[in-house]
Amino acid sequence: MVMTEHEIFSCLAEIVEQVAGIAAGRVTHEADITDDLDISSLSLVEIIVAAEDKFDVEIPDEALKDLRTVQDFVSYVQRVRRSGVSLSVPGDADAAVAAT
Amino acid sequence: MSNSARQVVVTGLGAVTPLGEDVSSTWAALLAGKSGVCTLSDSWADELPVRIAAPVRSDPAALIPSHQLRRMDRSEQLALIAARQAWQDAGAPEVEPHRLGVSIATTGLGGLGVALDAYDILRTKGWRRLSPFTLPMFMPNGAAAWIGIEFGARAGVHTPASACASGAEAIGYGMHMIRSGRADVVIVGGAEAAIHPLTFAMFAVMRAVSCRNDDPERASRPFDKARDGFVLGEGAGMMVLESAEHAARRGADVLAVAAGVGYSADAYDVAKTAPDGAGSVMAIQQALADADITPEHVVHINAHATSTLVGDAAEAMAISQAIGTAVSGIAVSATKSMTGHLLGGAGAIEAVATICALRDSVAPPTINLEDPDDEIIATGINIAAEPRELRSGPWPAVALSNSYGFGGHNVTLAFMTV
Repeated sequence: MVMTEHEIFSCLAEIVEQVAGIAAGRVTHEADITDDLDISSLSLVEIIVAAEDKFDVEIPDEALKDLRTVQDFVSYVQRVRRSGVSLSVPGDADAAVAAT
Repeated sequence: MSNSARQVVVTGLGAVTPLGEDVSSTWAALLAGKSGVCTLSDSWADELPVRIAAPVRSDPAALIPSHQLRRMDRSEQLALIAARQAWQDAGAPEVEPHRLGVSIATTGLGGLGVALDAYDILRTKGWRRLSPFTLPMFMPNGAAAWIGIEFGARAGVHTPASACASGAEAIGYGMHMIRSGRADVVIVGGAEAAIHPLTFAMFAVMRAVSCRNDDPERASRPFDKARDGFVLGEGAGMMVLESAEHAARRGADVLAVAAGVGYSADAYDVAKTAPDGAGSVMAIQQALADADITPEHVVHINAHATSTLVGDAAEAMAISQAIGTAVSGIAVSATKSMTGHLLGGAGAIEAVATICALRDSVAPPTINLEDPDDEIIATGINIAAEPRELRSGPWPAVALSNSYGFGGHNVTLAFMTV
């Protein structure tokens, strides 16, 4: 399924709210994940797992050092999805956020 | 310890139990003789010889935001809710962070269920799919840590581990923190949430649990002839301990004096209670000595009495031996007949019940005591099968709470009227 950049952003904001308890309204494109949103490293791991399931992509640890802002994440997800190289792990894509 | 040294008082209580979502509903249900035990509907229960337990009915999700809830084991959730209640009940005391401590046990079994669920995820989906909070959810000091963070306690956050005596030992440790001058206020208590197939199986294979599956409300029957093991319960009991000076300075309501604590160990068997009860005698006597009080002041005992054959009989004998002739004037209650056995939370909710009993001068009933065990009656202990008004006369009046744990741990707490 094709997702627009805006859709990816909205889903990511929703994940951040659910997982980290940060109001989606605070999640802006420019917001720095650690400095502005104050998301801890463990919380970021939770967000990444939920995002991987939601967007059907893999976000390896090596990619993280270049992802500082919310927009960096959105662009990364869109780029990987467009490239068609889905590196996702098998499993129910939508289950992670709801079930954990 | 003499009362002129740093006296410790109780200024707040909290509880989430199979009988109620707070202290007042739990205490009302205890006095009304209600059972919290029911048949489990989980399909896994069908495979096991025991299918009954006393679960907490209220949903922690109503009180803890979802992003925090998903990072906590259920025992941690219940502990936090009860700790918040105790803190509010104490009037949310203003205290310097470096003078505030925590001593909380969830160490009957801790986050066992979390670890097992995580292992399933590891095997089926791989390590990356584990919650990064699996380890903090699993560690037995997790509840104490969460509560320490919530209230900003920097004087020390501790988690004693002595199986089913842990909750009582945690309260004792909190008393020591205040007496030794390390803290002015300490949040203490215990919690457990271990209703899981493995817990049931582990206790069942020890033949320690009641298998009266067809009659759940009558399964937990301490001191009764037909007792056949304990019933697993879950929940949390918490209290705020405070130095008497600190409580007086801020004009706090004092519920009771946390007057004494006694410890001993059986050094006998890793699971079985020593049948002579000598360890329990020593714990009771030490608690009285620590409170600097004679047995004649004791009006009530909340017994450990889990409804096992050997344990209940040994405790009855120990109470009788430790107290002597004064034993006839003491109303003994076994509240596990209603709450089930909360393992690491047991000593804590029973301490809460003991303080309520002292406050209202009434012993809660021991339900299901239909045919008292002759051997137990012969010890001379006086069991309250119905709610019973406590003997008036001695001042101060003292109530004891006994807690024992696998490994041979014995703890007795002594609370005293103000």
